[in-house]
Amino acid sequence: MITKFNTFWALLGLMFVTSSAVAQDHDHEVHKEAAHHEEVAHDDSHHATALHGEDSETDIKAVIKETIDHHLADSYDFHITDGIGFPLPVILFDNGLKVFSSSKFHHGHEVASIDGDNYVLYHGDGKIYKALSTDIHTAIDIDDHDHVTNEKPLDFSITKNVFMILVMAIFMFFLFSGIAKSYKTSLKPQKAGKFLEPIIIYVRDEIAIPNIGEKHYKKYMSYLLTVFFFIWFLNLAGMTPLGINVTGNIAITFSLALMTFIITQVSGKKDYWMHIFWMPGVPVVLKPVMAIIELIGLFVKPFSLMIRLYANMLAGHVVLMSIIGLIFVFGKWVISPAFFGLTLVLSLLELLVAALQAYIFTMLAALYFGSAVEEHDHH
Amino acid sequence: MEIPEIVGAGLIVIGAGLGIGRIGGSAMEAIARQPEATAKIQTAMLIAAALIEGIGFAALFAK
Repeated sequence: MITKFNTFWALLGLMFVTSSAVAQDHDHEVHKEAAHHEEVAHDDSHHATALHGEDSETDIKAVIKETIDHHLADSYDFHITDGIGFPLPVILFDNGLKVFSSSKFHHGHEVASIDGDNYVLYHGDGKIYKALSTDIHTAIDIDDHDHVTNEKPLDFSITKNVFMILVMAIFMFFLFSGIAKSYKTSLKPQKAGKFLEPIIIYVRDEIAIPNIGEKHYKKYMSYLLTVFFFIWFLNLAGMTPLGINVTGNIAITFSLALMTFIITQVSGKKDYWMHIFWMPGVPVVLKPVMAIIELIGLFVKPFSLMIRLYANMLAGHVVLMSIIGLIFVFGKWVISPAFFGLTLVLSLLELLVAALQAYIFTMLAALYFGSAVEEHDHH
Repeated sequence: MEIPEIVGAGLIVIGAGLGIGRIGGSAMEAIARQPEATAKIQTAMLIAAALIEGIGFAALFAK
């Protein structure tokens, strides 16, 4: 059932599409206007002064906003907490391939010189630009609208999100190939299989078979299972205090939706295309109108898949972190415990949402595959 | 007088909330009538709720 090589190649493709998409990802989710506050979130001493400063209320809100923005954004190093973390490799394609450690940027405080080219990490949007000079203060040129006018190199870096995808891919590969192997000796599930077998069976019996049909479902099982566990595990990883926000990144949900779209179109049978371009059972006058609507629907489906997962996870993280922030905004013994309780309840809700979003994505993907392979007998 | 955009977003969210509420309520009634069809009703409910939710999120990005 778990064809491990299919899973492996699906993941490999996933990684490729995603890593390039992440690196080329443009300014979606990060609020740039607070760029000048950037130091505040990183610097512990600032943090302390913010807590006891005169206008501590506004400062604390700025700190919370910065922390949330920092958490939601992708970054070039894996930052866990103050002083704990490690740099990740930066891969640029600009007059040849350039690979170096992100520690060369010194968190954006220095210009990195590699083989005669200078690069700078701009704090405002956390992206790498070509530096205009080797001095950090004049390396970036910002126009009146707060846009950076510097040239951008092609960026294929292993960022935090890409790193997490790779870790999760390797983890899933060993986990599921291990389970698959254990079925060769006995049909009784072993170890992790005891927990995961019912879920795999559920995906097959409740998601794949009813939506795709007994005849064709096997072909799509590897993709559905991969996507289900990939989204679920990454959603759960987002609930850990490591500060991972992979599924809340639109580039990743975009590549997931894109793959679902491609698989649907490639497996589309004659009936599927006829229902799009020449809807049977509809008056001839209406047929071209229906074709236009169906054609729009073709692209709306993966688009809604992308937005749903992205917005749900992003909103979940923002709400959860904002309520944790409220503990510090009030800072009173009477009110703060209430927000602690609220955080706990919302975390439990997020655990449910983590599984629910994986289920809905898989479910809708199966529904679209089903519509592509469906065979109608009535005409 | 100019109406701020956030009011429109709020209206959309109210609409989406009412919609999902209706789906949930109807599903609950249906389950009460036919408990044996719970699984099917739940699936249909989740799909419909997910589709409406998409519109709700559109409001958040329309700002």
